[in-house]
Amino acid sequence: MPLNIRTYHDLTEPDRSGLAGQIGAQRRRVAERLATVARVGAVMSGKGGVGKSFVTAHLARALARAGRAVGVLDADLNGPTAPQLLRLPVAGCTSHDGAIEPAVSPEGVRCFSMALLLEDGRPLAFRGPEAESFVWRGTLEAAALREFLADVAWGRLDLLLVDLPPGMQRFAELAELLPEPPPVIAVTIPTQQSEDAVRRALHAARDRGAPCLGVIENMAGGPFAGDAADALAGEFGIPVLARVPFHPTDDVWDALVPKVESSL
Amino acid sequence: MKFLCVECDRQMAFEERQLPGDGTLAAAFRCPQCGRVVALLTNPMETQLVASLGVKIGGATLPPQPLEMVRGMVTTGRDDAFEDGARSPGSGVRWSDEAAERLARVPGFVRGMVKRIYADYAKDRGIAEITPAVMDTARNELGLEGM
Repeated sequence: MPLNIRTYHDLTEPDRSGLAGQIGAQRRRVAERLATVARVGAVMSGKGGVGKSFVTAHLARALARAGRAVGVLDADLNGPTAPQLLRLPVAGCTSHDGAIEPAVSPEGVRCFSMALLLEDGRPLAFRGPEAESFVWRGTLEAAALREFLADVAWGRLDLLLVDLPPGMQRFAELAELLPEPPPVIAVTIPTQQSEDAVRRALHAARDRGAPCLGVIENMAGGPFAGDAADALAGEFGIPVLARVPFHPTDDVWDALVPKVESSL
Repeated sequence: MKFLCVECDRQMAFEERQLPGDGTLAAAFRCPQCGRVVALLTNPMETQLVASLGVKIGGATLPPQPLEMVRGMVTTGRDDAFEDGARSPGSGVRWSDEAAERLARVPGFVRGMVKRIYADYAKDRGIAEITPAVMDTARNELGLEGM
């Protein structure tokens, strides 16, 4: 005789754990924190080594020079570089009213990064059973991204740029956490290999409903051969926002500001 | 997550949570009709997964702490990453020498947050002095799996 087991919803008393409710509260915390942020934009490529962080930092600095309130969330938790690129002062994090204050660059860019928290030269490591770390590590990294969004006092921002790591997993997590998928700026270098990787990333972003604002070709005019930016722009119907040479001057970044702002 | 006392056909009520050791998280549930108590025991990987999600079995016990998961789970954080990580137990609720010593052994990366949680716990319950026993009780009661 089988046991008479009812369903979860047959049991009408409240579920004390309320795990779904707890997850919902986490999402609301993100939305409440970002209520003062006019726009969130993701800088991505799907490919490592093309200069996403470099582009993000210099775009943010140019926006700040133009008088915009801008923030950078360094979502590359395992290879964070934003603090160096933004020349952030070295100081311990402080908190007020239940939120951590972001670091502020000399130009006024607000930034939060795992690099502000980790010991010099040490990798991001989590407490937990090492044997099955592949099972839980991704969840922890997604939770860290959520906390960077929800628990940092971003304040009033015209734009929060999220510097994504290579691959698309972090973009998927970001899109899940935000009320709607963020518009993306793709960064490529001129090569065919980069074009292939960025194409996949742009498709993934578009599949999730994220607007693609344009593509920036980094390391243009140097030893790399190819027309990745033009090919991607034509294929996706998006503009080439900039071709950034090796050793760009501030003029290059300043010229990018109105293009980015008009595409948002 | 709900528990059903099949014999009584009644939903069991959450009773308490414990951290008995070796990475186990225990959540006990009691049948309101027959009084039977069962305990859900998670293995260390399951405990880790729950902690990774930033949720608490049995319900949230604390207001959200900023960067709670990061501070509780990252093992390579700088001791001076947060300015609240000072080694002194500080003022407010009194700390026994043993409790202060135990707090000083907590990595600086998470110490300020842990200190605040225990102090709030003591204040809320009218506890004048934090001792190791108070810390143990708070840790179990609040479900501080990550601390």
